[in-house]
Amino acid sequence: MSDITITERQAGDVTILDLDGKVTIGEGSVALRTAIRRVLGEGKNKILLNLGGVGYIDSSGIGELVSSFTAVNKEGGTLKLLNLTQKIQDLLAITKLLTVFDVYEDEAAALASYN
Amino acid sequence: MNTQEIKLPSRIESVDAAAEAADDFAKKCGCGDECVYALDLAIRESVANAVKHGNKFDETKDVEISFEEFDNVIEIRVRDFGTGFSVADVPDPTDPENLLKSNGRGILFMNSFMDEVKWENPPGGGLRVKMRKKL
Repeated sequence: MSDITITERQAGDVTILDLDGKVTIGEGSVALRTAIRRVLGEGKNKILLNLGGVGYIDSSGIGELVSSFTAVNKEGGTLKLLNLTQKIQDLLAITKLLTVFDVYEDEAAALASYN
Repeated sequence: MNTQEIKLPSRIESVDAAAEAADDFAKKCGCGDECVYALDLAIRESVANAVKHGNKFDETKDVEISFEEFDNVIEIRVRDFGTGFSVADVPDPTDPENLLKSNGRGILFMNSFMDEVKWENPPGGGLRVKMRKKL
């Protein structure tokens, strides 16, 4: 069984991916990559990753967030992050990636930012 | 003094196995939640490095791990049997030109969450990382 569940929702033209579980080396990172590629393949390039259910992430998972960000940018889209746990926020601060990602604590505000 | 040694094959699943062993050892030593998290993250990163970059997924090569607790310190050693590398040559992942690279942050996490991280070239080859965390 995978360590992560990714559920897709649509809010207007923004695709929200709700992640629940661990984004770590192996299945977790692969599941995120697969989900992003699938959504981009469907022509959806405004993506909001809800990380509120992610209790654990390692450097591979952080790397996958970066890969997702660049893959979406390459398609002319935007990837933003929602509901970072304290641990993820700390890791993004250590890696200086908080300067790269657009991060929101409120879903409505995140959705409004795409307009 | 508590000690434990394990050998794991060079595959990704060994990262979870090592983390489980580290969690059990840390709890047995009375580690708090923050300490358990630090050890978990550090061992995941070091074993992932040993499997991927050290042993290059060669399952004929083990990853050797030891846990030791003494003087209110937990020491973890992770050894691979690869050709070794110079830690000084690893690019700084926080350098603006490296920020969007998809890898290269494991050593940064190990250094950030452990109190001491040292790299050694043990007799017999390979690379060993020795990490310490105060309880």
